[in-house]
Amino acid sequence: MASAQGSAVAGFRARGAELAPAGAVAVFLVGGAIFLLVGCLQSTTFARLTVEGLASGAVFSSLALALVLVYRASHIVNFAQGELAMLTTYVAYQLIQWGLSYWEAFFATLAIAFVLGTVLQVALIRPVLHRSVIATVIVTVGLFILIDGVVNWIWGGDFKFMPSPFGTASFDVGGVVIPHLYVGMVAVVLACVALVWALFRFTKLGLGMRAAALRPAAAALVGVRVDRMLAVGWGLAAVLGAVAGLMAEPSQLFLSPTLMQSILVYAFAAAVLGGLESPAGAVVGGLTIGVSLSLVVGYVPAISSELQLPFAFAVLLIVLLIKPSGLFGRREVRRV
Amino acid sequence: MRHLPALASLLVVAGVLVALPFILSDYHVSLVAQVGIFFIAVLGLNILTGYTGQISIGHGAFMAIGGYTTAVLSRDHHTNLVVTMLVAFAICFVVGLIVGLPALRLSGVYLALVTFALAVSIPQIPLQYSTFLGGSGGVQTSKTVSNLWIYAAAWTASAILFVLAWLILRGRTGRAFRAVRDSEIAAVASGVELPVYKTLAFGISAAYAGVAGSLFVLATNGFAQPSEFDVFLSLELLIGAAIAGLGSLWGILVGAAFVGLLPQVSSSVPVIGVEHGRDVVFGAAVVLVMLLLPDGFAGLLARLRALRNA
Amino acid sequence: MTALLELEDVEARYGPVHALHGISLSVEEGSIVAVLGPNGAGKTTTLRAISGTVRRTGRIVLSGRPVQRLGPAAVGRLGVAHVPEGRGTFSELTVWENLKLGAYSRRGSIEPDLQRVLTYFPWLSDRRRQEAGTLSGGEQQMLALARAFVQRPRLLLLDEPSLGLAPVLVAELFRIVRELNEREGLTVLVVEQNAHLALQAAHAGYVLEAGRVVLAGTSAELRADDAVRRSYLGY
Repeated sequence: MASAQGSAVAGFRARGAELAPAGAVAVFLVGGAIFLLVGCLQSTTFARLTVEGLASGAVFSSLALALVLVYRASHIVNFAQGELAMLTTYVAYQLIQWGLSYWEAFFATLAIAFVLGTVLQVALIRPVLHRSVIATVIVTVGLFILIDGVVNWIWGGDFKFMPSPFGTASFDVGGVVIPHLYVGMVAVVLACVALVWALFRFTKLGLGMRAAALRPAAAALVGVRVDRMLAVGWGLAAVLGAVAGLMAEPSQLFLSPTLMQSILVYAFAAAVLGGLESPAGAVVGGLTIGVSLSLVVGYVPAISSELQLPFAFAVLLIVLLIKPSGLFGRREVRRV
Repeated sequence: MRHLPALASLLVVAGVLVALPFILSDYHVSLVAQVGIFFIAVLGLNILTGYTGQISIGHGAFMAIGGYTTAVLSRDHHTNLVVTMLVAFAICFVVGLIVGLPALRLSGVYLALVTFALAVSIPQIPLQYSTFLGGSGGVQTSKTVSNLWIYAAAWTASAILFVLAWLILRGRTGRAFRAVRDSEIAAVASGVELPVYKTLAFGISAAYAGVAGSLFVLATNGFAQPSEFDVFLSLELLIGAAIAGLGSLWGILVGAAFVGLLPQVSSSVPVIGVEHGRDVVFGAAVVLVMLLLPDGFAGLLARLRALRNA
Repeated sequence: MTALLELEDVEARYGPVHALHGISLSVEEGSIVAVLGPNGAGKTTTLRAISGTVRRTGRIVLSGRPVQRLGPAAVGRLGVAHVPEGRGTFSELTVWENLKLGAYSRRGSIEPDLQRVLTYFPWLSDRRRQEAGTLSGGEQQMLALARAFVQRPRLLLLDEPSLGLAPVLVAELFRIVRELNEREGLTVLVVEQNAHLALQAAHAGYVLEAGRVVLAGTSAELRADDAVRRSYLGY
């Protein structure tokens, strides 16, 4: 074909045009990583704060990834994602009360979360998918309130104690005390994220899900059952949320119904920072927000831990004003 | 002549409202007063979400600003309470315009997220600046008022603000709002200045929420506390506006009643108990209503009217 | 030769607007049939009715089996590949992933089919990892055709394949379609604005106007018909 070479060059150019902003992002990320590394080597406080930030960031990443999965598939934001995660954490708590070991309860909870996510999509979201944005927002908001009420009803609002799966010991790395807990949190989240990534990248189901999210009409034409793919997407999101909740709990020391409320805001900020349609962005965004919060609260006296939420809000706002598609998102063309 | 049925229904509502305090107990008067407060807030929010098509999950923040304005002015300057409400209206209008500016670049989901984050963040501010704003202990007005006073104030304000809204919406502004909602692209093409109207809608809805916030604080013994203005309040306002649907006075009444009364009523649901019945029943009701009536009460009325005319 | 596809009195609408007012046509197995007509005649809607992407009434029979109640995924699994207007390629996925999607509803190994596709479109092999959206328009159309072929369909529905393509590419495209038809026995129903090209490639054709069939016949008959010559062939 005469145009073969021509469009190969076009391919390069097109990718080049996308790489320019991507280049800026890469510089920002690499620069940030270097900054952190240098800081950790200079100061044990910095290192401690960074590690804490990475651990909490991992939790934000997991929930942010759940939000992104749902958004990619259904183009809505599930305001109840955090409460759902909290609910599944209580389920794990209950399973442990009934005698299961921690890890048995962990995996059982993930399975239950998956089922719960798919059921929710089918029962509550599918009927309002084609209605106004407001209707879907309100359904998830109602769900938020409902789940909060149900948890309070079944388990009460008092603090519950769940054993930490990683024990209370710590590593000592060059003078910096790193609790096993933090390492465990990051490891578990990264493992789950990697598994989900592999699912999407290498399996037929994953390909079908991606196709269904990108162009549902075209996907249906090749035989993809789009409805089912959406339900599976919600199920996976619920699993990621459950992981977030289970990993968040030990660091909060106690389990209570408010576990995920502020984490949801941080996850929103992370998802938007990374780009609402970008899974990689969610992970990077979560870690960034986690580390930033930790360092800012640690070093900037004007910003105490009470102002963390407004800080996250400020980040959210700034990102949306400067580059709404986030770090990794593609620029959307808004023709107005 | 088309206005006759509407006028008649307005008179009926007014008549009922005037009569109620004579029939109901003080507790029930406070409940209906609460509906009045939510009526104002939902009316304002409906201008933003229903008419202009913008989502806000943050109007509780504006109620907070209005409420704290009243509390602080009363505590520090012993200002007349009605005057504080006017001040709250003005301040919130300005703040709403300011918030509306960044909102210009956002829509749909992104706007919902930002306003949600706003709603969660604002209650933190009094905790940080506790000397002026009272911290978690809150701010107390210098005088408190009776439930009857609030009832009268809430419904009088409702009437005034309703007429104001009606005047705004029937004119060019209202048409511009609707143009923004129906198609941003078409609106710009036909010369509607998007930024002006979007921001204006935010300002107006915020002002209304501010007045509602003032009354809200007065209704809780003149006490303004961060915990009163949590994210659930913003959620309730949006729910009220969504249930109201678009363009119907009755819809707004239903929406206000839904969020003003249902949480209280559902506290007395057996089995689930006082504490938790609230959220379980309320949350379930919200989900069900949205599934059955995605266009809100006004949508239901429209459908009924269509059936009647068919 | 039996009819692979038969439409009887098929109606379709978009909301309140009726697009098809009772279309009847039949497509013989192993043939290429063209659907011609002006804009808005309902050509695209006819294809959509067959693949199930629009609400329709009437009878649609595929190899003796009624499919008018089935949705697009089910119709796809019965061996109908629909290349829609605008190609329906997934721009964000790679060329290879697009091809694999063609085999989505197939069980078992798809390697032989992928290899077979490469014999018709050898250049695809070099571009496997390239994002489909960075291909030129002509290449994307080829990719769409290739993907449809991976589905191993019995019936290929082609919607306006020449739209936006340079004449050289269009000729190439139709050449490949004819090759697929002759060597693989693929039945093709093609909607085309370019009546000249369509009738050259096709064995038979239908002319649609305002949602109805106004003319039918072999391609030779249609090419000789005065009305067709004036309106669609330009002479």
